[in-house]
Amino acid sequence: MRFLIALLCLALPAAAEEIVLGLSHDEVAITTSFDGSEIFVFGAVKREAPMPDGELGVIVTIAGPSVPVTVRRKERRFGIWVNTEGVEIEAAPSYYAVATSANFDDVLSIRENLRYRVSVPSMIEAISAPATVIDASTYVQALMRIREDADSYLLLEGAVVIDDDTLFRTRIQLPSALTEGAYATRIYLTRDGEVVSEYETAIDVRKVGLERWLFTLSREQPVLYGLMSLAIAIFAGWGASAAFSLLRN
Amino acid sequence: MQIYLPIAEVSVNAFLLLGLGGMVGILSGMFGVGGGFLMTPLLFFIGIPPAVAVATEANQIVASSFSGVLAHLKRKTVDLRMGVVLLIGGLVGAALGVVLFNYLKAQGQVDLLVKLCYVVFLGVIGGLMFIESLNAIRKTAKGAVPTRKKHNWIHKLPFKMRFRVSGLYISVIPPLLVGLSVGVLAAIMGVGGGFIMVPAMIYLLGMPTKVVVGTSLFQIIFVTAFTTMLHATTNYTVDVVLAVLLLIGGVIGAQIGTRIGVKMKAEQLRILLAMMVLLVCGKLAFDLLVTPSEFYTLGTSGGH
Repeated sequence: MRFLIALLCLALPAAAEEIVLGLSHDEVAITTSFDGSEIFVFGAVKREAPMPDGELGVIVTIAGPSVPVTVRRKERRFGIWVNTEGVEIEAAPSYYAVATSANFDDVLSIRENLRYRVSVPSMIEAISAPATVIDASTYVQALMRIREDADSYLLLEGAVVIDDDTLFRTRIQLPSALTEGAYATRIYLTRDGEVVSEYETAIDVRKVGLERWLFTLSREQPVLYGLMSLAIAIFAGWGASAAFSLLRN
Repeated sequence: MQIYLPIAEVSVNAFLLLGLGGMVGILSGMFGVGGGFLMTPLLFFIGIPPAVAVATEANQIVASSFSGVLAHLKRKTVDLRMGVVLLIGGLVGAALGVVLFNYLKAQGQVDLLVKLCYVVFLGVIGGLMFIESLNAIRKTAKGAVPTRKKHNWIHKLPFKMRFRVSGLYISVIPPLLVGLSVGVLAAIMGVGGGFIMVPAMIYLLGMPTKVVVGTSLFQIIFVTAFTTMLHATTNYTVDVVLAVLLLIGGVIGAQIGTRIGVKMKAEQLRILLAMMVLLVCGKLAFDLLVTPSEFYTLGTSGGH
């Protein structure tokens, strides 16, 4: 029996190579002076057996929190362009970056991509499933196109550097217009396009300090927040008038 | 220096906002208008979401009008009674405007509504002002004295009331209606409405020019304060960090602008303002008419 288990373990390829991961920071704090952030992802491949054959590949993905999005199409009505029908996409990540160690198709086979949903289109289509409209896929395409143009969805081919088939590292730039939430970070280790090991962690992105306080206040105590905004405005208006009349005298 | 705006959720350059506030402040000081009609479209251009731009601009106008009305109170150029009548209409209008704004936001048409309002109003006001000041320049060149009509259909309406400071005895209906329409605009366009209120008070109500600006500022404070509260409690779109940056630049600019304004002739000022209004209008109209490069837009859907 023990022999059988040991045999099974040897047969499982996942046990042969494993990912050991480090992150430059597992938290991104949005402060008042926040201007984007660079995440440094690094790690090593742990082996308990001699190195197997096949080309080694590493893929790092970071996905922002998923929120519902409405995609609307513009049409010309009475000479001007107006929003017409829209499709509600139940969940779409606010941010999604894929960094690979070589060309995407070389690192991950089509079959494995379908299974793990790694590439931008397969990932977005998997979680955003609007079933109500017939040509919904054109709306999903539009969503991807707009977010890719805005650099919210990124494919960074060759951005992962592998040293001595053991150490890997990459830098991923998070944009300045970030939404709050847990950013799921996945690392895939591949051999000849087949996933041999997978690792998942999360980077916590949240507003801190003044940003946190103002945001919470505006949602939980909107009346108080509104009155505070007005008080600041009245005070600034009075202050400016008082200061300039002092200057004049 | 980049600043992350907590409600708008975008990062913008603080000096850009201070500069914008200052520039619009100079113009508003020169021309005696709130400047909201210029600031809100400028905020659209730099990428602030329209809903946030409109709500925050209302808050900023509270500051600049309050600063202005203090000066007018000292000079006793505020008709408080007329101001209160305008205000009653204005509050009703602002409430209607926010309801309309929220309904259209749910339909995904709010950007269009705001931009259409801008194109129509900026076009009409700019055009009228341009023609009027051209005529005025021609007349002064000929040496004629401009006259003001004293009696029109306004004086035949019921519910008359005496407005001592303005020296008027007129029906309360026209001021209520003027207040109402400015209130709706304040809520939808994020403007104080001075650029509509001032001509309406002079030409429709026949108020003397010296009390017009102070009275309009007086009622604008309350209408925009009310609008700010409505937006803050229903849409959560007032960004206080953005408002503070804009109003610092704005109040300083306004003082500089007032000094420049004194040195220029009234007709020249008006024609410059008219051209600026038409320019903003043209840019917005162009964006609505030209075929967009991307036919789809993203909007946040009401998750709650």
